[in-house]
Amino acid sequence: MAAVGAAATHLDVVRGKRAALFFAAVAILLGLPLWWKTTETYRAPLPYSQISALNALQLRLMVPVTVVFTRDSIPLDDQEKLPFTVVHEREIPLKYKMKIKCRFQKAYRRALDHEEEALSSGSVHEAEAMLAELKEQAEGSLTVYVISEYSSLLPQDMMSYIGPERTAVVRGIMHREAFNIIGRRIIQIAQAMSLTEDVLAAALADHLPEDKWSSDKRRPLKSSLGYEITFSLLNPDPKSHDVHWDIEGAVQHYVWPFLNALSAAGNFSVDSQVYNIDPKAYNASELPVRVEVDMVQVMEVFLAQLRLLFGIAQPQVPPKCLLSGPKNEGLMTWELDQLLWARSVENLATATTTLTSLAQLLGKISNIVIKDDVASEVYRAVAAVQKAAEELASGHLSSAFVASQEAVTSSERAFFDPSLLHLLYFPDDQKFAIYIPLFLPMAVPILLSLVKIFLEMHKSWRKPEKID
Amino acid sequence: MAAPCFFSRLWRAALALLALGSLAASQIEDQAKQFFRSGHTNNWAVLVCTSRFWFNYRHVANTLSVYRSVKRLGIPDSHIVLMLADDMACNARNPKPATVFSHKNMELNVYGDDVEVDYRSYEVTVENFLRVLTGRIPPSTPRSKRLLSDDRSNILIYMTGHGGNGFLKFQDSEEITNIELADAFEQMWQKRRYNELLFIIDTCQGASMYERFYSPNIMALASSQVGEDSLSFQVCPKSLCVSTPGHRTDLFQRDPKHVLITDFFGSVRKVEITTETLSLQRDSQITESSYKEDRMDEELMEPLKYAEQLPVAQIIHQALLAEVWTLPSAPCGMLGSRSWPATFTETEAEGLAPPWGLHSRPVGPYHHGFLQDLWNQAHEVHFLDSRVREGRVEDCSLG
Repeated sequence: MAAVGAAATHLDVVRGKRAALFFAAVAILLGLPLWWKTTETYRAPLPYSQISALNALQLRLMVPVTVVFTRDSIPLDDQEKLPFTVVHEREIPLKYKMKIKCRFQKAYRRALDHEEEALSSGSVHEAEAMLAELKEQAEGSLTVYVISEYSSLLPQDMMSYIGPERTAVVRGIMHREAFNIIGRRIIQIAQAMSLTEDVLAAALADHLPEDKWSSDKRRPLKSSLGYEITFSLLNPDPKSHDVHWDIEGAVQHYVWPFLNALSAAGNFSVDSQVYNIDPKAYNASELPVRVEVDMVQVMEVFLAQLRLLFGIAQPQVPPKCLLSGPKNEGLMTWELDQLLWARSVENLATATTTLTSLAQLLGKISNIVIKDDVASEVYRAVAAVQKAAEELASGHLSSAFVASQEAVTSSERAFFDPSLLHLLYFPDDQKFAIYIPLFLPMAVPILLSLVKIFLEMHKSWRKPEKID
Repeated sequence: MAAPCFFSRLWRAALALLALGSLAASQIEDQAKQFFRSGHTNNWAVLVCTSRFWFNYRHVANTLSVYRSVKRLGIPDSHIVLMLADDMACNARNPKPATVFSHKNMELNVYGDDVEVDYRSYEVTVENFLRVLTGRIPPSTPRSKRLLSDDRSNILIYMTGHGGNGFLKFQDSEEITNIELADAFEQMWQKRRYNELLFIIDTCQGASMYERFYSPNIMALASSQVGEDSLSFQVCPKSLCVSTPGHRTDLFQRDPKHVLITDFFGSVRKVEITTETLSLQRDSQITESSYKEDRMDEELMEPLKYAEQLPVAQIIHQALLAEVWTLPSAPCGMLGSRSWPATFTETEAEGLAPPWGLHSRPVGPYHHGFLQDLWNQAHEVHFLDSRVREGRVEDCSLG
């Protein structure tokens, strides 16, 4: 009887031990991973390595220049060597982490018949008119015509001419080193018409660790998708002045041509308003003097200010260079190109900074949820930055600019997504306060029984030794 | 003969050197002055009151006082984000509806007519506050509720309410910790949403809120240290309830001795005068045709009327009320003079009024017409403080 009872309790004890071990196994092997998985924040994967690679991106801005030589601009044996291509590359010295290289790819060729004819006309404006009819030049590219040293196309003391469209004229030379000398002149002209250090420094003004107090650098508007322009007329005394301004006509004739020329840089909307500041009612007697505002004078000032606001600087012409008169719109085509170069670089810098800060923030604050659409915007932004860099390196300015705008838009959308809010911060003591009442009642019996089992096993191992 | 020539040359050289030296000195001075300037081009203010209920009236009053100061020094409403967690002005327990006073002598009504509260009542939450700071706002939010600062903005952030060691209580139901606040400022810095930030916290143990900041260009002020209560000195005597204000300037790059208060409390606008013009061709056709059109328009248009800027009716209302009161100690000259209403109107327009206390006592019909109606309304007022314009309960529908 006692033996059966002892066997029964022994079986119970073994069953008890097995049950305790099973509980512990389920809790540790199944419960812990399940709890960990269900309480982690959802963070979609982001291309962190690609984002850090963007910082070390080498930006190469290529300006394709076509150089056209007329018949008596260079010595005959040099003419035999045409056509060929020369590349001139230099690094822009800016104190910025992104290195920027400027590459002028000059394709030398002989002039065609119609070009020879145009360049032998009386004045440079006629020549330009004839040449411009024939082809439309891609954004960012330049054409330089080399004429004879003694040609009368330009005034005698002028060595070169910069036209309002993307063309320029340079005097040739009959010399052994003709190509080198002319090449240097062409580079000077091409730099004035496309990329200078100042243009790029102004575009990157916010990202350069320079002094921040130069007003020139702070004045241009930041790159944006669109701009709203409002013209306001302030009339402090409507009782004595009856002011009329033909704003609609002026905007139609002077402002819209300028903005249409700039249309590649963004969308524009223009409106106008009149402020009459006088609280007393007035009646139409002899007193209000009719004032006609001279809109042309007004618009001359405003368009000059708009140029300053967009960062279109005064062109830096090389010495002995004739600059053509301003166009009707008030903007030369290559000035638009300069603006697009500067804006593309600025957009890429902004997008890179935004993506880098986003990556840093998400790394540092580990409990922000990263949803899938935020992750897809980040991927899109990274791809757009890489595409823009590629297009810039191959000289396609308009597609590079569009890609850079897309990069900025996507990166800003990702950074400012309303879902990226770090409200899940819990201090450690609060975490303990929540979990201890849940886990302790369950964990304590399991732990105690495990300890008991371990002690008994330890005792039973020792016993056989003692007997022996 | 040589000696005088030599000396005159020396003299000229010395003068030239002196001139150059002073020029260089003034240039260096200019550069030094520029170095101490903050370089900001616009100002913003985020003013937050986090407590509700009538016994937290002083928090709303404090926030509105800062609002008034900041507005008076030039920051426009479009650049102020004002968050008030409760409406004290139109609270049923307010004996003077449509007013909030900053002092118990009830001198200054900081609510006024033109307060613009952007986040009111239950909209003041930790989430909304952090969204305002970081800019992660849902796209449907109106412009007045956004902090549209850029990298050249100086921002003033003022928070008041009940706080503890490391947290600030929002509306009795949630709290914001100093770590969350520090992270929010870091996110603002990463996106360059501020040039310099002045953080003022007016709560108990306020110094704990700025302990965790780690972003540059932040200066922080607190009304009390950790372990101290910050209490209203109007309620509690100074001997018992004094707290030590704290400050933190190690993250601030400029020397605080050279920082102007108006860098944060005032407003700068970027104005530039240009001298260059473009030259445009005159298009003669436009000017002629526009002149003809204007001629035709003139004959058709009626004379214009302009809206009244000054509410004359309300000024007369005030004049009426003041004239009604009589007090034995009132200066006789003022009451007796016939030109009193006119002068009263003038001074009322500036917000001032005869400085005597009053009781209302109907004297008799004053004038005819619409003034009669105003006179009748004056009967309803029970006790008045002439220093402020009396608000009526209907005003509570404003703001």
